[in-house]
Amino acid sequence: MKITVKRDDAFEIYELEDGEYTLLEALNTIKHDIDNTLSFSSGCRSSVCGSCAMRVNEKEVLACSYKVQDGDRIEPLNNMPVIRDLVVNMDKSYEMNVKAKAWINSFNNEAVLDHEAEKINEVQSDCILCGSCYSSCPVYAVNGEFLGPFSLTRVWKYVSDKREGDAKEKIDTIQTNGVWDCTLCNNCTVVCPQNISSKADIEKLRVRSSMFGYTDPNFGNFGGGFDSGFGFDGSPSF
Amino acid sequence: MKTDVLIIGAGGAGLMAAIAAKEEGADVLVLTKEYPTRSQTCMAQGGMNAALGNAGEDSVEDHVQNTLKSAHGAADEEAIRFMCSEAPNAIEYLNSIGVCFSRTKDGKIAQRRLGGASAPRACYAQDYTGLKILHTLYDRCNALGIQFISDSFLLDLLQDENGSACGAKILDLRSGETKTYIAKSVILASGGYSRIYDKYSTNSKASSGDGIAAALRIGADVKDMEFVQFHPTGLKNSSILISESARGEGGYLLNSKGERFTNELAPRDEVSRAIDAEIKKGEEVFLDIRHLGEAFIDEGLPQERKLAKLYENVDPVHDLIPIKPVAHYTMGGVAVDNQSQTNIDGLFACGECANHNVHGANRLGGNSLLEIVVFGREAGRNAAKRAQNIEQLSVPVNCECFLEQEFSNTVDFYKYKEKLGNLLYNKVGIVRKRSELEDAQQEIEMIKSLLPQMGWSDPSSVYNTNKQEFLEFRNILQVSEMVVKSALSRTESCGAHYMEAE
Ligand SMILES: Cc1cc2nc3c(=O)[nH]c(=O)nc-3n(C[C@H](O)[C@H](O)[C@H](O)COP(=O)(O)OP(=O)(O)OC[C@H]3O[C@@H](n4cnc5c(N)ncnc54)[C@H](O)[C@@H]3O)c2cc1C
Ligand code: SF4
Ligand code: SF4
Ligand code: FES
Repeated sequence: MKITVKRDDAFEIYELEDGEYTLLEALNTIKHDIDNTLSFSSGCRSSVCGSCAMRVNEKEVLACSYKVQDGDRIEPLNNMPVIRDLVVNMDKSYEMNVKAKAWINSFNNEAVLDHEAEKINEVQSDCILCGSCYSSCPVYAVNGEFLGPFSLTRVWKYVSDKREGDAKEKIDTIQTNGVWDCTLCNNCTVVCPQNISSKADIEKLRVRSSMFGYTDPNFGNFGGGFDSGFGFDGSPSF
Repeated sequence: MKTDVLIIGAGGAGLMAAIAAKEEGADVLVLTKEYPTRSQTCMAQGGMNAALGNAGEDSVEDHVQNTLKSAHGAADEEAIRFMCSEAPNAIEYLNSIGVCFSRTKDGKIAQRRLGGASAPRACYAQDYTGLKILHTLYDRCNALGIQFISDSFLLDLLQDENGSACGAKILDLRSGETKTYIAKSVILASGGYSRIYDKYSTNSKASSGDGIAAALRIGADVKDMEFVQFHPTGLKNSSILISESARGEGGYLLNSKGERFTNELAPRDEVSRAIDAEIKKGEEVFLDIRHLGEAFIDEGLPQERKLAKLYENVDPVHDLIPIKPVAHYTMGGVAVDNQSQTNIDGLFACGECANHNVHGANRLGGNSLLEIVVFGREAGRNAAKRAQNIEQLSVPVNCECFLEQEFSNTVDFYKYKEKLGNLLYNKVGIVRKRSELEDAQQEIEMIKSLLPQMGWSDPSSVYNTNKQEFLEFRNILQVSEMVVKSALSRTESCGAHYMEAE
């Protein structure tokens, strides 16, 4: 089979043996046997470290869990500076977790977390910070200051955690370049390898923001743009 | 760049050390060759031990006794006692920063039984215990404003004229420049060395023993390097781990004739040896969980079903899972005292790269996550205290840079990396013989002599992973040499080091 890999300045075609194997295995074969200069990142090779996220045929995947197919076209993640070949610089998107203050601010000793409460943010805490969602996000593409899907999911994880005694600080923090900037396009949900819906988390954060007295800053100009309170998929935002 | 405490490695141990050092008032800088959430710690599934007694009678004393037994007399009781008594605090701490541990109906942290434990003692977060601990520690670091520099590869540790550790020389993978970091204390938290077994390991690609090799190069003592824990159930083709819980829930081990041949619930080393013996007889070995039923597998072992389908092309609901034992955890490491201090003044070590004398010849499942939290914190505190007593940063004496040597690049190191892995698996593996260890020693000597003929063919300075992998190979060789040397010096069988007469 043949696959095409985007290198720094050109697309390169590699010829591989036919068979069933992962894209990561294919890339390793290229690196060891065909072309030592191909650059990409990997770690666990079992879909939990988030290192090997890239795009295949314009969709974000983890190379270690994607079975490579004849004709595949491999590219680095979008919306982040490419360092080389398939390696991107994620510093800025990582920094969004800091900007969004995604952590427990004040620990509430009294909170009792039972089996039910555990389920509230179980899926959000499965995030592997692979960056696929940032790569797919049309808002992050045009506004590099947008806090973005994984950091907002992380904020929701802590806001919804009973152990957080002061959720207000977090809600205050995500008003600018945060929850109201998302277009609810749902791209992030579609690409997430961990079945997390940042879009849904952002909607929940909007509801919570309203409870703290915030309103949608775009609400006044209903119909004036895609931030009108309704997403591309037509679902109401709160 | 200068700081009080320089930490190499951002796994659970490095992050916990960073938090403790920062809370002690020190300036902290963490360097890692990956991003901070991508270390191998995220791969831990099973759980973290603490005698909380939430799911049945348990005590710290029982935890101590189980650990001692598993260690085969090669650990230090005082260190174990310290770790086990700190365990409940460690869990309480992790809970207070937001780790999503699985819960019981009445709001307690749920616990399950792992091999070798006399009670259900492992606290877990579904199938993702390590991931959730690591990410929450990372969030805590962010809250404290701890600085990270990713894509920074440790080349060598630096010493001042008195021989004290005072920093590190780093290859900035993004630019290809070498950089010098100066610090009052240095903490090594760079993880284990199971990847010396190359494709015969469950570990992350990054576990190449870099930190241990760098420590060896400046004269640090290492201890128990021959103790390598083999996990019985790695997937046959990829060596990806199928969790012990599959056997815990009632899975069988079968040979090609469909016969069971061992007690599936015996300790890891015994089960690994039994499988190894079958394989040497020419049998294939399978894990069979079909009888547990689809509903049970989907509820209790969903990750295992996914992994088996993806990496072995079998569906465990209907098929047998082909397995083999592979290198999983390395008990040996840089020797430290009860202050996490190595024999090199100013150099501390914690986590899998260190030897805190708590695992001895065989680590108990769930004790590693515990170790990285408890001793990560100790290392952080002690390194910060040391830094506070030092007024002036010292000046490193020049260290010879390996990268400036001549490499003819006529021999492909990737081939030798694979060869070395096979050699170690076959001759320094689950069952060892003196003559085979000697063969391995000679072979390693030979490969070492080829190093100047190896090198990297990618000329780029930007993100040159070809060069990085060559540097890792150099470390792998150095660590392998120590493993074989230590194995040869221990003549009797002990835990994971199993010797067979010729
Ligand atoms: C599949 C699997 C399952 C496991 N399950 C369990 C379990 O259920 N319970 C349990 O207790 N234990 C378990 N373990 C063991 C446990 O996960 C590890 O022992 C532990 O996470 C090690 O943590 P660490 O912080 O010491 O190292 P690591 O997490 O390996 O981190 C090492 C860090 O050092 C950095 N580093 C390495 N070399 C360099 C260099 N040259 N320059 C710069 N940085 C460098 C890496 O980038 C990384 O950030 C499991 C291990 C595996 C592989
Ligand atoms: S939310 Fe999903 S896609 Fe985004 S970083 Fe986390 S795991 Fe990756
Ligand atoms: S739903 Fe929002 S966060 Fe997700 S990709 Fe669309 S705009 Fe970005
Ligand atoms: S290598 Fe870790 S997610 Fe693919």
